Amino acid sequence: MRPPQPLGAGAHPVPPRGCQLLSQLQPEEALLPLPSRVSRALRALVYWPAAALASVMNFSEVFKLSNQLSKFSPNGKFLASCVQYRLVVRDVSTLQIFQLYTCLDQIHHLEWSADSLFILCAMYKRGLVQVWSLEQPEWHCKIDEGSAGLVASCWSPDGRHILNTTEFHLRITVWSLCTKSVSYIKYPKACQQGISFTKDGRYMALAERRDCKDYISLFVCSDWQLLRHFETDTQDLAGIEWAPNGCVLAAWDSCLEYKILLYSLDGRLLSTYSAYEWSLGIKAIAWSPSSQFLAIGSYDEKVRILNHVTWKMITEFGHPATINNPKIVVYKETEKSQNLEMENLPFPPTKAAASSLFNTETKYEVASSPVSLQTLKPLTDRPNPKIGIGALAFSPDNCFLATRNDNIPNAVWIWDIQKLKLFVVLEHLSAVRSFQWDPQQARLAVCTGRSQVYLWSPAGCVSVQVPAEGDFQILSLCWHQSGDSMALLSKDQLCLCYLENEGVK
Amino acid sequence: MGDWKTITVPIPSSESKNISQFTSETNMSPSSLYSQQVLCPSLPLAKSVHNFFRAFCTEENVDQSISYLDQEQLETSRREMIGLQERDRQLQGKNRNLHQLLKNEKDEVQKLQNIIASRATQYNHDMKRKEREYNKLKERLHQLVMNKKDKKAAMDILNYVGRADGKRGAWRTGKTEARNEDEMYKVLLSDYEQRQKQILLENAELKKVLQQMKKEMISLLTPQKQKPKEKTEDIPGTVLSDVEEDTAELSKENMWELSCETVREQLTNSIRKQWRILKSHVEKLDNQVSKVHLGGFKDEEVISRQDHEQETEKLELEIQQCKEMIQTQQQLLQQQFTATCDDDTSSLLQDCYLLEEKERLEEEWALFKEQKKNFEKERRSFTEAAIRLGLERKAFEEDRAGWLKQQFLNMTSFDSKNSENGKPQSAFSGSSDQDNLTLHSKPGQKSCSVSSGSSVRASKLTKSLPVSPSASELFQTIRHMSENSSSSVLNVAVEDTKPNQVGRECPAQKWSVASRSDSQEGGCSGSRSLACTDWSIEHGDGLP
Repeated sequence: MRPPQPLGAGAHPVPPRGCQLLSQLQPEEALLPLPSRVSRALRALVYWPAAALASVMNFSEVFKLSNQLSKFSPNGKFLASCVQYRLVVRDVSTLQIFQLYTCLDQIHHLEWSADSLFILCAMYKRGLVQVWSLEQPEWHCKIDEGSAGLVASCWSPDGRHILNTTEFHLRITVWSLCTKSVSYIKYPKACQQGISFTKDGRYMALAERRDCKDYISLFVCSDWQLLRHFETDTQDLAGIEWAPNGCVLAAWDSCLEYKILLYSLDGRLLSTYSAYEWSLGIKAIAWSPSSQFLAIGSYDEKVRILNHVTWKMITEFGHPATINNPKIVVYKETEKSQNLEMENLPFPPTKAAASSLFNTETKYEVASSPVSLQTLKPLTDRPNPKIGIGALAFSPDNCFLATRNDNIPNAVWIWDIQKLKLFVVLEHLSAVRSFQWDPQQARLAVCTGRSQVYLWSPAGCVSVQVPAEGDFQILSLCWHQSGDSMALLSKDQLCLCYLENEGVK
Repeated sequence: MGDWKTITVPIPSSESKNISQFTSETNMSPSSLYSQQVLCPSLPLAKSVHNFFRAFCTEENVDQSISYLDQEQLETSRREMIGLQERDRQLQGKNRNLHQLLKNEKDEVQKLQNIIASRATQYNHDMKRKEREYNKLKERLHQLVMNKKDKKAAMDILNYVGRADGKRGAWRTGKTEARNEDEMYKVLLSDYEQRQKQILLENAELKKVLQQMKKEMISLLTPQKQKPKEKTEDIPGTVLSDVEEDTAELSKENMWELSCETVREQLTNSIRKQWRILKSHVEKLDNQVSKVHLGGFKDEEVISRQDHEQETEKLELEIQQCKEMIQTQQQLLQQQFTATCDDDTSSLLQDCYLLEEKERLEEEWALFKEQKKNFEKERRSFTEAAIRLGLERKAFEEDRAGWLKQQFLNMTSFDSKNSENGKPQSAFSGSSDQDNLTLHSKPGQKSCSVSSGSSVRASKLTKSLPVSPSASELFQTIRHMSENSSSSVLNVAVEDTKPNQVGRECPAQKWSVASRSDSQEGGCSGSRSLACTDWSIEHGDGLP
């Protein structure tokens, strides 16, 4: 038994490797998951309002977690999660531990290879990357960047190369797991989003900075050959992102200037778009899954949507604090009164019921128009003001766009892309931490740092209390690829939530 | 007067005090008083002015005062004008100021923008300088860290794994480069192909929709083609021929596959034309609908606006006439009353009988009128008969002259014709008999008409109409009279209900009917619309 140790700069615990660790696990973790752990005793019957679709939501037991590091494998079979220096891989269907790996230090970054065979764990403080094989638990690989340091690490799409960015963005080292070869890419740009791979994994775009000018290099991932290299007409390139079809690359300037450039795969500049001058510009962008639309969120609290034919603006969505249109449904999260709940409490109180005493349950109510949303006054004398569209995402069917205006932090705006207008606004009691669309359908999951997970679909929306002991503050979430479950992550815990559609009644 | 003109007009901005001061110097002038009164905004101004003028204006100085007044008016208007000019000047000044301000603001904005721009360039320059320094440092660091053959930077791997695609890594050569290029272009090409396919599909769909629309438009427009064509001359016949042409073209479905520019142009043009026709048609329909809405009637059939207006005008005119008539009737009645009983006391005494008496009088008056008319008629017929008699007598005289002549000739020539002349003798006697008859018939006729007059009186009592020729004659005259008067509706009603009461004045009759309707309706004033009178007429029909 090892008590959790504080990780000092000098004294790093060196835990033993692999399966030896099993005996050293803390009791509640050492016990192999019993069927009862997976029995999903904690059930939350959820009836989606407005639709006759009744859904049952089951919640798994809570697992330990650190740094919110938990990821489903791309093939959907496994769930990897980190507990300090340990990497735990569970079978998604049973939640039994499939593999356990011990790294050399506290893990800062975790990533599955595209073929779900390898996992890399980056330990930035030590400049180390450890790679584990799922098929061969005894196989190991350690990459040490040495004195160059490490600030970022990622897989190449083929799952056989690892790209490590050194400190000060001196270079990117491409390590191969197949050969001894090591490649270096010089002058990577330190920016918001400097590397982007096409969805098919064939090409990589990299933002570069040489002689005070921005460049973009396009590489063929299979042999790391430089395909194109061109200068961009930007003051300070902030990010690049491929369209899902892999043929158009969007590059946007820093927030000092509203400018977005669109390049073809062969390096031709297709179009440039700028909405305004002087004031702060682009904050976030999102491609629609069909590559048909490019949504640009900016500091002026607007989202502008460009089309893929002319690359001109189709429409712009403003995010005002008051919603007057009665056609727009505004769901407001409100606290349920506790008294009513008390009467329904079973005796003796179950753990879940007891925990619900501490966490006030909430529900959505339809607010009558006009609705004024809670706003945050941004501090103009500070950099990176909390204003503008900081997050936006298209639904997988291209029908909806979810956005968050950072100075109305409690609200998620859902736009109907077919009609190009606002559809629904969800206002919560706390600031929205993250939201993610179900990969299979137009269903949005939202978390706000409270112990509720919020789900919206065109049929309605619901707020579900996580029936966990204590306060389970959901800071982020990620969907399983099937859309049947999602992982809810708190500061130091993980809980799986299963959504079972019982069909239309 | 003289000093009046020398008064310098005060600046309007300087207040009324000034004016009163100036004017008060001229005591004799009316302007002093007047202007003071004008300046004080009291209500009884007109009155006081009037009084003042009465005092001021006397017989001898009418001309003088008129000229005073003229000058007065001139002066006030001049003052007003100057005031307005001053205001205009002030406003213009203000406007100029505002323009100046705006210009200043614009300049300020421009200046600020320039400042921002210059700051931005300065910032960029500084950034570049710093970045260069930073790059130098990076380069140095790179040399220090990387070139030292850092042993630590290494990969510790158990064994190399196979590639994901199972192939062995190929050497990087010129060939691979070319292959990569090829593949990239392939990817791009396939994307463009896909997009083109999508666009083609979309285009085809749109064309289909367009075709469908065109078909429907044609089918919609062809049956009504004649109508809009006839009505609106501006649509040329070419369109019609175009439509026909297009229908012919429609059969050629392959045309859509061509998608060349000429076909496109043709299609868009024809669609546009048809659309214009449809639009004009819809607009026309809209107009009709709006007309119906404006009419506000629930009638199923559409009443044209003009008809409706004409009708209302007519009705209004009628109402106006009715009102006028009622008024005249009232006046006449009052006159009558005042004439009959100008003495107040007697009228007071007779007041209680007045209503009954009035009615009775009216009836009698009507009767009297009728009789008078009859007499008139009879007199006329009598004169006619007299004229006829005169004519006959003349003819007889001529006859007799001829006969005497013949007789004389006969007497002188042949005796044998005596037998023949016996007849004319008898004829003479016959004619004299006739003459006698006509002479006798006159009093007979007269008596008859008198009796008819009495029968009318009797009919009034029995309330049944005697069918005597004189009575019918009477009705005809009455009708003739009533037709001459304007409001036929009321008169007809009167004739139908109480034809015998057609008395001294038709207007009076009408008034009585109207007043009856008033009393029956209770509170329905004389100025009520036609509906009211209509109702009363209907009701009147039901009356015995």
